[in-house]
Amino acid sequence: MSILIDESKRVLVQGITGREGIARTLLMTEYGTKVVAGCTPGRGGEEVEGIPVYDTVLEAWEEAGPIDVSVLFIPAPLVKSAALEAIDAGIKLLVIIPDRVPIYDVLVIAKAAKESGAKFVGPNTLGVLSPNKGVLGMIGGRAASARAWFFPGPVGVTSRSGGITSAMAYYLAQEGIGATTLVHVGGDAVVGLPHPEVVKLFEADPDTKAVVMFGEIGTSQEEQVADLIEAGEFTKPLVAFIGGKAAKEGTRFSHAGAIIEGGRGTHEGKVERLREVGATVVDSFGDIPKATKGVLADLGV
Amino acid sequence: MARLHEYQGKELLKSHKVPVPKGRVVSTPEEARQVAGELGGEVMVKAQAWVTGRAGMGGIQRASTPEEAESVSREMLGMAVKGFTVEKVLVEERLDIEREFYAGVIIDDRARAPVAIFSSVGGTGIEQIARDHPDRVAQLEVDIVEGLQDYQARDLVRRTGVHGKLLRDLGGMVASLYEVARSYEARAAEINPLVLTADGKLCAADCRVTVDDYAAFRHPELGIEIAREFDRPPTALEKIAFQVEANDYRGTFYFIQMADDFQKGDGYIGFHGAGGGGSMMSMDALLSRNYKLATYVDTSGNPPASKVYRAARIVMSMPGIDGYFASGSGVASQEQFHSARGFVKAFMEDRLSVPAVIRLGGNMEEKAIEILQRAAPEIRAPLEAYGKDDTADFCAERLDALIREGKIKDLPPAPPRPEPQEPYTFESPTGTVTYDHAVCDTCESKVCVETCVRKILKLENGCPVLNISRDDAKGGRCVECLACEVECHFAGAGGGHVELPIPGLEEYRKGLLKR
Repeated sequence: MSILIDESKRVLVQGITGREGIARTLLMTEYGTKVVAGCTPGRGGEEVEGIPVYDTVLEAWEEAGPIDVSVLFIPAPLVKSAALEAIDAGIKLLVIIPDRVPIYDVLVIAKAAKESGAKFVGPNTLGVLSPNKGVLGMIGGRAASARAWFFPGPVGVTSRSGGITSAMAYYLAQEGIGATTLVHVGGDAVVGLPHPEVVKLFEADPDTKAVVMFGEIGTSQEEQVADLIEAGEFTKPLVAFIGGKAAKEGTRFSHAGAIIEGGRGTHEGKVERLREVGATVVDSFGDIPKATKGVLADLGV
Repeated sequence: MARLHEYQGKELLKSHKVPVPKGRVVSTPEEARQVAGELGGEVMVKAQAWVTGRAGMGGIQRASTPEEAESVSREMLGMAVKGFTVEKVLVEERLDIEREFYAGVIIDDRARAPVAIFSSVGGTGIEQIARDHPDRVAQLEVDIVEGLQDYQARDLVRRTGVHGKLLRDLGGMVASLYEVARSYEARAAEINPLVLTADGKLCAADCRVTVDDYAAFRHPELGIEIAREFDRPPTALEKIAFQVEANDYRGTFYFIQMADDFQKGDGYIGFHGAGGGGSMMSMDALLSRNYKLATYVDTSGNPPASKVYRAARIVMSMPGIDGYFASGSGVASQEQFHSARGFVKAFMEDRLSVPAVIRLGGNMEEKAIEILQRAAPEIRAPLEAYGKDDTADFCAERLDALIREGKIKDLPPAPPRPEPQEPYTFESPTGTVTYDHAVCDTCESKVCVETCVRKILKLENGCPVLNISRDDAKGGRCVECLACEVECHFAGAGGGHVELPIPGLEEYRKGLLKR
């Protein structure tokens, strides 16, 4: 199995006619994702990579059939409207790719999602990929790269950095360790499926035996994962690396979420807390594959 | 987050009916004296700077007379406070404080909602107060659509032990503070202390507001020049870089200048990352070798080659760097050859004179490495390219070795580009593409047509022209992949050129823009 995306999910691409929309629709379809429709207001009737384009999300649902996931490739100021449209139409999972989405817009999306029983990944995410099953967003870039880099296996990968999502899964794959699903949580401070939500999904997935997590300074996501471990809600072994050790307070290192504020979200705080509850926190990124191997061997996997 | 000064926050509060001390912001000692005179009595002179703990630095002082206000202001204005120069001071009536409270609205990442916080004990460090007096601090998650209702604000205050008329009035202030936060999309908005004066009036004695970077564009009235968190004012180069980013939403270009006033030999590296996580680790690889960062750059999110080109030229505008290190996550999803072309154009134009190690791992890395290696012989300084199977650590090791070897090729500068004899030009989204068809006539390979990523060129009489409209090219069909210049130079006759202006950079380089 896997989480969030597999070959059965019916996918809509919002903003399908834009620069990214076109390129990633090709990635998704070539990788086996079931992209059933696209939506760009004003471009209804066109086609992108053989996928029909509609003017509204409801129209896409009515014409192409029910939709499980929508992937958004939309300019940041217009994301809120597009996301609300998707949630309103009944879509239960959104993957919000764009960077620079205003935080209050994300809060409005979060409320609408909560009331509708929907979830969203991102914003500011490369997406989600389940090896050989499907991809939502940009991970891998091209289907050929994604196929070469990733293969199915027992590890769930969750990361706050996009490039690192691929990097961790790639370096694990080089050591013969495959993944159930790769999730880029997103670089922003407020995201729809932060680490604690993702690990809960991995907990419920029978094929995921262990989880590898790339954390960063800022926010309280990693501390919340530690809380879940302590409460017995996340029981699978966790290997983690926390980036941003050299960062000083108050400076933002690219990601809006990677900022230490008021003494919270520090590197040491996260590392200590995770170690306290028994997670394996490696000091060097290069140690992730070895640590993961060890953890899997202990499980007898 | 874009931080507002105290006086700006107070203006926002005032417009939402929250009382603030009488007073005005000024930029000269004479004006300070005048305001103090108008206010009469004792005044407070407060330096306007984005720092905490101003009082301890002499940034908040009393003045009993207008003359004293003038001399105190004279000391403060121009004072350096943690890297900032104080350009304005706020001259306010001095309040006769009976009691202090704290009110704040903060976006909580865990709740995915704004949270209103109130404390019946004011002072510094709300977290410490919450630890020391838990029954005096209360917080409430606010419904983003419904807002903070008056009755909710009152009950929030009630929970901290306040009653009666004071509760009613404080509740109103908290509700208004939320309105301010919501209207201006603040990550955080705090009044600390919110003061009860001896004559029974409530007043916001201090105000800190930080506005969401990503919302600044829709609040021009706030006059935020650069929407970024800075613990010091933006440098001239940062402003130039921000303009590039502000005008081009394709991909990311994040730039901060990490140092100033250094020279060759001091061990400063132009650091250029891609993707926050990978960049932070690549940074560590340099720092662990005792190098220092001159810049921290992130070009990720699939930027066009033109953006990477501009980023590199901005980095190379720092004359004292000893090397150029570009490394991100190593396994990027974006097609890396675009960045490669951006680097090549920048390195050739600026005649890169320090060793460069570029790690463009991931999607299409073979092509990216090939593009860089092909250019290396024409660049004076050593240029090495690596991919995902080379660690950031190894790459930093290589840069270190190259810097120590100190080899520079003795290459004559390229002759200045001649005026095109038969120019054919069209605009791209942020620049201008020019072909000299007189040169193209002599070209045997015509590589531009096949290497153009979006295939927008065709041959007409053996010369490249658009096969789409000029408007479409400018509107985005041309993605500024720079193949028409870079491939043309290495595999064609060299008739193609892409002009990509970077406003302010030439002047900066001529030393006209000083920090």
